[in-house]
Amino acid sequence: MPTKIEKDSITGQMTTGHEWDGIKELNTPMPRWWLYTFYACIGFALVWVVLYPALPITGATGLLGWTARGALPAQQAAERARIEPMLARLRAATPEQIAADPELRGFALAGGRVAFANNCAGCHGAGGQGAVGGFPSLADDDWIYGGSFEAIQHTIRHGVRANESDEQRGIAMPAFQATGMLNATQVSDTAEFVLSLSGRSTDAAAATRGEALYAENCASCHAERGEGNRELGAPRLNDRIWLYGGDKAAVMRSIAYSRAGVMPSWQGRLDPAMINMLTIYVHALGGGE
Amino acid sequence: MSVIPPRAPDVEEASLYASHQKVYPRAVQGVVRRVKWAALILLLGLYYLVPWLRWDRGPNAPDQAVLVDMGHARLFFFWFELWPQEIYFLTGVLVLCAIGLFAVTSLFGRVWCGFTCPQTVWTDLFMWVERRIEGDRNARIKLDHGPRDRAWWRAKVIKHGAWLAIAMATGGAWIMYFNDTPSTSWAMLTGQASLTVYGFFALFTATTYVLAGAAREQVCTYMCPWPRFQGAMLDENSLVVTYRDWRGEPRGKPTDPDAGDCVDCKACVHVCPTGIDIRDGQQLECIGCGLCVDACDDVMKRLNRPTGLVAFETLKNLAASEAATKGMAPGPARLERGMSVRVAQKIIRPRMLVYVGVLGAAILLMMGAWLMRQTLTLTVLRDRAPLYVQLADGGVRNAYTLKLANKLRGELALSLVLEGPQGLRLLVQDAGLDAQGRPVLTTREDGITQWRALITAPEGLRLRGSTAITFRLLDAQGTSVARQSSVFLGPER
Repeated sequence: MPTKIEKDSITGQMTTGHEWDGIKELNTPMPRWWLYTFYACIGFALVWVVLYPALPITGATGLLGWTARGALPAQQAAERARIEPMLARLRAATPEQIAADPELRGFALAGGRVAFANNCAGCHGAGGQGAVGGFPSLADDDWIYGGSFEAIQHTIRHGVRANESDEQRGIAMPAFQATGMLNATQVSDTAEFVLSLSGRSTDAAAATRGEALYAENCASCHAERGEGNRELGAPRLNDRIWLYGGDKAAVMRSIAYSRAGVMPSWQGRLDPAMINMLTIYVHALGGGE
Repeated sequence: MSVIPPRAPDVEEASLYASHQKVYPRAVQGVVRRVKWAALILLLGLYYLVPWLRWDRGPNAPDQAVLVDMGHARLFFFWFELWPQEIYFLTGVLVLCAIGLFAVTSLFGRVWCGFTCPQTVWTDLFMWVERRIEGDRNARIKLDHGPRDRAWWRAKVIKHGAWLAIAMATGGAWIMYFNDTPSTSWAMLTGQASLTVYGFFALFTATTYVLAGAAREQVCTYMCPWPRFQGAMLDENSLVVTYRDWRGEPRGKPTDPDAGDCVDCKACVHVCPTGIDIRDGQQLECIGCGLCVDACDDVMKRLNRPTGLVAFETLKNLAASEAATKGMAPGPARLERGMSVRVAQKIIRPRMLVYVGVLGAAILLMMGAWLMRQTLTLTVLRDRAPLYVQLADGGVRNAYTLKLANKLRGELALSLVLEGPQGLRLLVQDAGLDAQGRPVLTTREDGITQWRALITAPEGLRLRGSTAITFRLLDAQGTSVARQSSVFLGPER
């Protein structure tokens, strides 16, 4: 509350009339236009709140009806239209042709990285490292169905044991103990022999007993020395890579109850151009053949 | 217990806001004014013409001498070319400018504000246009306070038209520092330019028009931070625009024998672009342009008195003259006494040594950084997912992304060698091989190429945990031109 406006003797300016404990303040007026600028900012803010979604209330979208989410489809469509010529070229080309064209390959790798993260990484892991328990690594040099462009493309298109495509991968392995074909001891012996294929057997006698059982029950698919069979999707048994774990318990479980991993068929779910991009990307992860 | 009623105010509430008093600076001739014209012509000439300078950088590079290429994230300045990750050179230049400004200010006061600041220069230009159209101070005051007749409208329309034209040229020139000048100018003139270009053009046209036409001295008084902290740069040895009150007071008629040299003609007030009275002493609003010095010298010459009643003077000398002439009567003796105690400006003082030292250090640092700048850099990013790949035969593989940045014109083909445990196998996807079977990485001209390298450790190597490796790039002569260390990871056991 101003009490006494006076002229300050030193500066020649008027005081505001306020006084606290003997301290007075000079009145140096602000230019009035500055105040109007401040009012204009407030006015702008009010207009903004009316026109745009500014209030933290669900459904308060403002008079213009504009929302970031509402603007997204148009932006997506524009982006799609921008890359459409590239996608058309990717659809028309085989993976080999894409790989031979640096421009297409670069585009496919960039697009494949995103598509992989969106659709595949859930099971196969970021970077395709896979996981024990039936999720194959796509970065190593071991392929159940083959690692050529064509094989990868086919697997992505038709899936594995998902019953979504007539050309799907994978056949069923018998559950030897569950169906009574082998008893528990025989399963153990067979498993011991399987371990010996990669030089990890600890019980030579059991492995020798298992050899005959293996030749009778397993070799037709997994081949004589566990080389596997890509035609059937029978994994190699003589290497270090195990889809469900390579210790004896895991191998016994596989023999006794069988395993049957499933991968959906992506044909019809994804744009053929995207399937080609994924093919190129997966091939480049390091295991491509 | 009694309640003391609040005392009724016995005064009117004072307004905390005041309407802006328009300043009508008068034209002035003199030494300082000539220096200011020279600075204005030089600076504006540079501003408008530099975008048109051409500079040949070869076939695939812009041929503009000064260009900030936002699209390709490159900054071109004559023979320098900066990448975004080298933006600290720009920061360094700004640091140099700041320290230079501090040094100049502590020596000569607000010469930046008075002579070279864009706000001052463009305002000066706008005032010159205003004078040509509406006349000098008195004519302008009369015009503004007179009737709004045909003459008023004519003057205002022509003036604002001319201002807008200058503002558009200014906004347009600003655009050209970020785009190719000839083509963009033509596109803008023919209505072909992008909305972004026109938007920024409109923005800078508007700011030029408003700041130099309407806001003027209020930018310095109310918006700019410099007047507030320049007090920290100034000391009693700095040159500032000063009124020698020991010589001028008491003010009086030229014929009055008891009066000092100031005849209270208000010439210094009328020419001041910020509308202050320099005779009130040092003020925040004074931008140190020295026009009052010219105005007062002009009056003193006509009165056959020595010039320098208002002058660029150090506060130290002012205080010395003040003390020496205390109690003396006005007249030639007082003037001579006051001037005789003045000393030459002390240039070398701790403050200046610090400024010059820091300035020199900053310059050396910048030069050193520029000379040691890597024009070819190799960056290695290990794949983190998967950390390593277990191979069927028991081997281990790691994947790396190699980024090869070449900051020079022309392309290179370099051989990649791996330094690490014997037996590691290096494969770079899509890379050719040289005569020794090493992968060849090619660079892009002034760009980055990216490669994916796979390193395999066969089972016999039994690499466990983390192993240090180094990628090295060799040119055709076998000289190492870039290197980067990384690690190779294997299983823990």
